Amino acid sequence: MTGNHMTGNQKKRYFTEKTAEWMFTACGLIAVFAVASITIYMLMNGIPALFETGLTELLFGTLWQPTAAEPSFGILFVILTSIIGTAAAVLLGAPLGILTAVFIEETASGTLSALVKPAVELLAGIPSVIYGLLGIYLLNPVMYKLELKIFADSPDHQFTGGANLISAVIVLAIMILPTVISVSASAIHAVPASQRAASLALGATPVQTIFKVTLPSAKSGIAAAVVLGTGRAMGEAMAITLVSGSSVNFPLPFHSVRFLTTAIVAEMGYASGLHRQVLFTIGLVLFVFIMFINLTLTKVLKGREEKE
Amino acid sequence: MSRRKRKDHILTALIGFSALLSVTILVGIIGYVFYRGIRNVSLDFLVTVQSPVRGAMGIAGNIVNTLYIVILTLAAAVPAGVGSAIYLNEYARPGKLVSMIEFTMETLTGIPSVLFGLFGNVFFGEVLGLGYSMLTGAFTLMLMVLPLIARNTQEALRTVPENYRSGALGMGAAKWYMIRTILIPSAMPGILTGIILAVGRIVGESAALLFTAGSGFYLPKPGMGLAKKVFESGGTMTIEMYLQMAKGNYDVAFAIASVLLILVLFMNFLTRSVVARFGAEGRKERK
Repeated sequence: MTGNHMTGNQKKRYFTEKTAEWMFTACGLIAVFAVASITIYMLMNGIPALFETGLTELLFGTLWQPTAAEPSFGILFVILTSIIGTAAAVLLGAPLGILTAVFIEETASGTLSALVKPAVELLAGIPSVIYGLLGIYLLNPVMYKLELKIFADSPDHQFTGGANLISAVIVLAIMILPTVISVSASAIHAVPASQRAASLALGATPVQTIFKVTLPSAKSGIAAAVVLGTGRAMGEAMAITLVSGSSVNFPLPFHSVRFLTTAIVAEMGYASGLHRQVLFTIGLVLFVFIMFINLTLTKVLKGREEKE
Repeated sequence: MSRRKRKDHILTALIGFSALLSVTILVGIIGYVFYRGIRNVSLDFLVTVQSPVRGAMGIAGNIVNTLYIVILTLAAAVPAGVGSAIYLNEYARPGKLVSMIEFTMETLTGIPSVLFGLFGNVFFGEVLGLGYSMLTGAFTLMLMVLPLIARNTQEALRTVPENYRSGALGMGAAKWYMIRTILIPSAMPGILTGIILAVGRIVGESAALLFTAGSGFYLPKPGMGLAKKVFESGGTMTIEMYLQMAKGNYDVAFAIASVLLILVLFMNFLTRSVVARFGAEGRKERK
């Protein structure tokens, strides 16, 4: 009501209104500018090294000796490690997560599911360095023991002290659990009760209903959960930097490996010149993978909207 | 029939086993961190600055750095996030621009923090000349938490009934006045939820800070030093924890991990209470 007095001056009111509209529009555009500049800067900083060392040598070279007298920057093993490591983590974590979501939404009693659900949400907030700490403190020693047993008779094997691909895959699989569980749980939750009722009424058992009716109908939501988990695993850095070891190798279970993310984290602190540029190229490769995953996710979600 | 029954039993067992395994792992993580770390957390640990000369270990400097980063990031991200939500919900008409903003928000959510770190290092650090500093770190994290605040605000704005808007406008209120006095207060629970989630994210962040805010564990100098600190580098608790575990100082690393977990639990509790207090009303109104 006082507003009428305060804005009695029509001109002033018009000016305030326009300013407000411009400010809000500017805020809205921040995200667009941010993504545009991130894309431009990743390209600007990542592409020069490709020309300097040669596209094939860089992307398909297997020798990584950035600080040698005659440096060599082959990142093929780093790329392969990220692909294989992420795939393995998703293969391990996704089924576990989806079945846990089924438990929460379908088989658990009300109180049990009311306990498990918030616990899972809580875990999504745990800082990734903590997963990393538990990885090196608990997982690596176990892996080292296994390694000593398995490779006792193979003198060629380079011992890693347990910091290897499997350790990293296990840590990643655990880290994507909260994402996979909560997104698939909400997808399962959204399946109409009438579909379940119809299946049960036709004589299907509750378990058959889950696997033949409920899960297929929640398919796109579960797919979104898996894609989100894939993105999370692909982009994770700090949790696996120390856990995965410190040298670039072909991604075999007991090899010490570098992922796209951990290669950046481990060397960015001291890299300079061409070495630093190559780290940005690694960042660019990661960026391309992530954009691909994002686009897949958008497609999956769009497909779901259209279906509804 | 019996084969089907057996299959049912196996699948039920598999579901139960998966849930048990997930929950055991996840609860085990929290339990183990406290079991291993809490005994090394003392008042001294929290209020002294680490000094290799005196052999003293404390994280006071890192706690202050964390506060700097949280406050600076929120100072940038809250107006930007709330503003963009208001734009999307109150001003924009559906079209190319809106879908572009929504797409870029989604993209920001999916970009890994190590890439934010690279971008922040080059853009805020080198191009804008801020170097390794609290400001570089805060600007970088601002881009990371922007979608979180925007999305929560937008969801809250959607629950504000349409007749609040038309009522205010019909009484002759200007749009900006209506937003300021009606929409923002009504959307406050959503904004708060966004802020709390953002704080949790900032406190736990490491990869995006390592190459932007850098590391360091000293307290800022009193007086003008407090203001100058924003241009200086410094490591948050998470960064210090990473550096300590890289050195193999597991006692210290687990102690910091316990402090971080307590913060995360507290943030989670806060989110829950905000949602419990206001969320139910919002949902009722939507129906």
